[in-house]
Amino acid sequence: MAVLEEKQLVFECETGNYHTFCPISCVAWLYQKIEDSFFLVIGTKTCGYFLQNSMGVMIFAEPRYAMAELEEGDVSAQLNDYEELKRLCLQIKQDRNPSVIVWIGTCTTEIIKMDLEGMAPKLEMEIGIPIVVARANGLDYAFTQGEDTVLSAMAQRCPNKKIEQPKTIDSFGTHLFSKLSELELNLTGFRSKQEKKHPPLILFGSLPENIISQLSLELEHQGIDVSGWLPSKRYMDLPVITEGSYVCGVHPFLSRTATTLMRKRKCKLIGAPFPIGPDGTREWIERICQACEIQPSGLEEREAEIWQGLQDYLPLVSKKSVFFMGDNLLEISLARFLIRCGMIVQEVGIPYLDKRYQAAELDLLQRTCLQMNVPIPKIVEKPDNYNQIKRIQELEPDLVITGMAHANPLEALGINTKWSVEFTFSQIHGFTNAKDILELVTRPLRRKENFQSFGWKKMVK
Amino acid sequence: MKLAYWMYSGPAHIGTLRIATSFQNVHAIMHAPLGDDYFNVMRSMLERERNFTAVTTSVVDRHVLAQGSQEKVINQITRKDKEENPDLIILTPTCTSSILQEDLQNFVDRASLESNADVILADVNHYRVNEFQAADRTLEQIVRFYLEKKKRSNLIENKKTENPSVNIIGFFTLGFHHQHDCRELKKLLKDLNIDINLIIPEGTNVKELPNLTKAWFNIVPYREVGYMTALYLEKEWNMPFINITPIGLIETTRFIEKIQSILVKLNYDINVKNYIKNQISCLEQVLWFSKLHTRDSSILNSTEQTAVIFGDTTHSLLMSKIFVREMGIKVLWSGSFCKYDSSWFVEQIQNFVETLLITEEHAKVANAIAKSEPKAVFGTQMERHTGKRLGLPCGVISAPIHIQNYPLGFRPFMGYEGLKQITDLVYNSFLLGPNSSNLFESFGNNLLYLDSTNQILNDTVIELVNWSESAKEELLKYPGFAREKIKSFIEKFATKQKIDLITLDLFYIAIEKI
Ligand code: SF4
Repeated sequence: MAVLEEKQLVFECETGNYHTFCPISCVAWLYQKIEDSFFLVIGTKTCGYFLQNSMGVMIFAEPRYAMAELEEGDVSAQLNDYEELKRLCLQIKQDRNPSVIVWIGTCTTEIIKMDLEGMAPKLEMEIGIPIVVARANGLDYAFTQGEDTVLSAMAQRCPNKKIEQPKTIDSFGTHLFSKLSELELNLTGFRSKQEKKHPPLILFGSLPENIISQLSLELEHQGIDVSGWLPSKRYMDLPVITEGSYVCGVHPFLSRTATTLMRKRKCKLIGAPFPIGPDGTREWIERICQACEIQPSGLEEREAEIWQGLQDYLPLVSKKSVFFMGDNLLEISLARFLIRCGMIVQEVGIPYLDKRYQAAELDLLQRTCLQMNVPIPKIVEKPDNYNQIKRIQELEPDLVITGMAHANPLEALGINTKWSVEFTFSQIHGFTNAKDILELVTRPLRRKENFQSFGWKKMVK
Repeated sequence: MKLAYWMYSGPAHIGTLRIATSFQNVHAIMHAPLGDDYFNVMRSMLERERNFTAVTTSVVDRHVLAQGSQEKVINQITRKDKEENPDLIILTPTCTSSILQEDLQNFVDRASLESNADVILADVNHYRVNEFQAADRTLEQIVRFYLEKKKRSNLIENKKTENPSVNIIGFFTLGFHHQHDCRELKKLLKDLNIDINLIIPEGTNVKELPNLTKAWFNIVPYREVGYMTALYLEKEWNMPFINITPIGLIETTRFIEKIQSILVKLNYDINVKNYIKNQISCLEQVLWFSKLHTRDSSILNSTEQTAVIFGDTTHSLLMSKIFVREMGIKVLWSGSFCKYDSSWFVEQIQNFVETLLITEEHAKVANAIAKSEPKAVFGTQMERHTGKRLGLPCGVISAPIHIQNYPLGFRPFMGYEGLKQITDLVYNSFLLGPNSSNLFESFGNNLLYLDSTNQILNDTVIELVNWSESAKEELLKYPGFAREKIKSFIEKFATKQKIDLITLDLFYIAIEKI
């Protein structure tokens, strides 16, 4: 496979007949991330059924989400949308008292042209709870893009100056408070000596808290201060965004949010590959340093150290081929990392590709291919699953990364698969989590080795 | 608009897809936005299907919204016709297409001219019917389609098979223990020397449907799906049918006797008496088992056992009958989420259970469970979780279900084998429940139950009062099933006294008041 065929990126676009999750699924992880939120999905039984089944056991944990299920009277406009929504939101306020209600618009609200954006501000005034509207429907978006629509709506809600927090009166609290600010003073005093000032930096993309601290810490080591994350742990703590702030994304699927931050909030977007894999993480940090005019230090060693830790996995994946069917927009970053690990990527399917937002990532992909001396994979936007399966049967890749709809049938054909959704729900960002990605990727490969002695391969005629 | 967190039955198109994919060589095309093909995931995950689920989408996107589907649907149909060569293509509307109001029938008519496959439009309206009703209709629609076709082509040769034979109508994909029930029913019929003509839809080719009329009669094992088809076959093709569900000893007997009476009416001589007698003698172990349990009055006496039952019409009804008539367990109430069929359910069950609950709201079910304080709950996965929260044991007897309810081992609910399975399920539920925890806890072994306790403490959303560590620990010493009640009692007590910290002392003062 040492023949170099493609040196340029090749993009194709197919029919868009592929399987993916509906973008309303973002509710599942965002309600957990934003602890004082409540997500109201305004849609039909179809939407509800999907969420109920895809969330699995989460649904039993009294999630802070509900369906506003549209009935026949709602779609035929016999009922007053505003009054109906008001009734439900008041009930939510009474039962859960959230700090924000996020309305998720669906296909149905689009088709019947329900004016959610128009109603929200009025109702917000009336009931005294912020209402954020995100139209995360299956007509326009795929899977993770749901988060993009929500964050892009939230970006407009971030305050532009700091609101004074009321002081706590309790004596223990004040004590702790003064201690803390003392500590902080010391820290900033300490820092300001060796740090250069840079404009405020806000990172966007929903991540678990521990990864947030890991990534913030990496940047802190470089003397970069993260002034906030979008989204924050609580809606009440959305970061302050001022004109001229720097912003940088951690997920490849946040192009709308990036656009909103640039156009509406007048922020400067730092274009970078995404912090997935040690290679991506390193460049991500470097680009941020570059923007902040800070000379990065020790990153090379840090990256090398992480690769060293991956030594056990690399022989397992080396020279193995992988095929991404495409359903969650993480594909380019993952492909780039896996190529760097020594794999050969045959195809990168992807629902939607924003070439500007992903420019740095695409560039790194190209460089990685050259460096590893492998052909640049074809990138297929809006893939056609049927055609892909034909190609898979021809190419016989060692691993297909795909949705659950195809995973079992492909396995039965003797083709190894990895369920793509797991990459969305696992911790894959930053230096420390590169191992987890390889853990996911090699699992089916290792299992195959174990099973081979039984002489199983194809399980269908 | 209504606020909904959980649904017992899915949207209409799921019912249609379940029927379509159960037949062989039928392809369903959904007229839907991207993302509505979650059915494929469910089928692949839950049934662990090895084949690709024959469902694709004619995608509704912005473009379609602005200009209509135009040729898109037709192209998708003709494309699938060429690629997969199916016998039948079913165009399946969804909630989205229901309001777009495109003339899908017109697309179907045009596409069928160009394709080798038969093409039909599933006659289901998202806003009028649910998953079960849609499945029932779609099955009838397909059967009718093929039989009318046969009628038109003058191929009506209404000859019956030589040996008595039946059609079984209503086993299909993603059904609760359907595969196992199907196997058990087949065995039962074989024992009675009755041939199986066709089982629909599971595993049958639509091309065979014209042969349906060769059977002597039809069996509809579940109330929810198959009834419409059986009615049609009775009316148009003069075929009698049995709609007794053979779950439980008494109902299985009744089922077999009904077979006999139908056959006798058709002038075929059969006597099932000995067969039933033999089978029951083989069940000694089950009967002995239940006798054993009803004898021991101290812990396992089932006459002191109380249960609540909730599920689809079939399973809720049959389990209630078994509890009341065969096991002597007191059923505090039974319920069903099949609201659309409630009058039938009420009529069937009223002689067995006094209190009924018919609702689609899981919260109402949960409240009813908490209020009635049963010893065990039998319901769907949702009730299992409610049970867990309340510290009550639960047996799952009906969909909606999770992957663990698709066991690989043989677990029928129907017939004589089913009886053994039900007996295990019921006694194990009671045994693993509060009774055994009583035993364990009286020996001072709390460890086993710590898990569920923690959950109870955490699950409470609003903490009005705080618990001191020692009081919390003390609470853990109470048996799981009573803990939630004690906890809320003490909290109420404390709130009344305007005390916001529950100490060990307060704990005991309150306990004395219970
Ligand atoms: S694709 Fe549209 S109708 Fe389907 S679940 Fe998503 S938002 Fe609801």
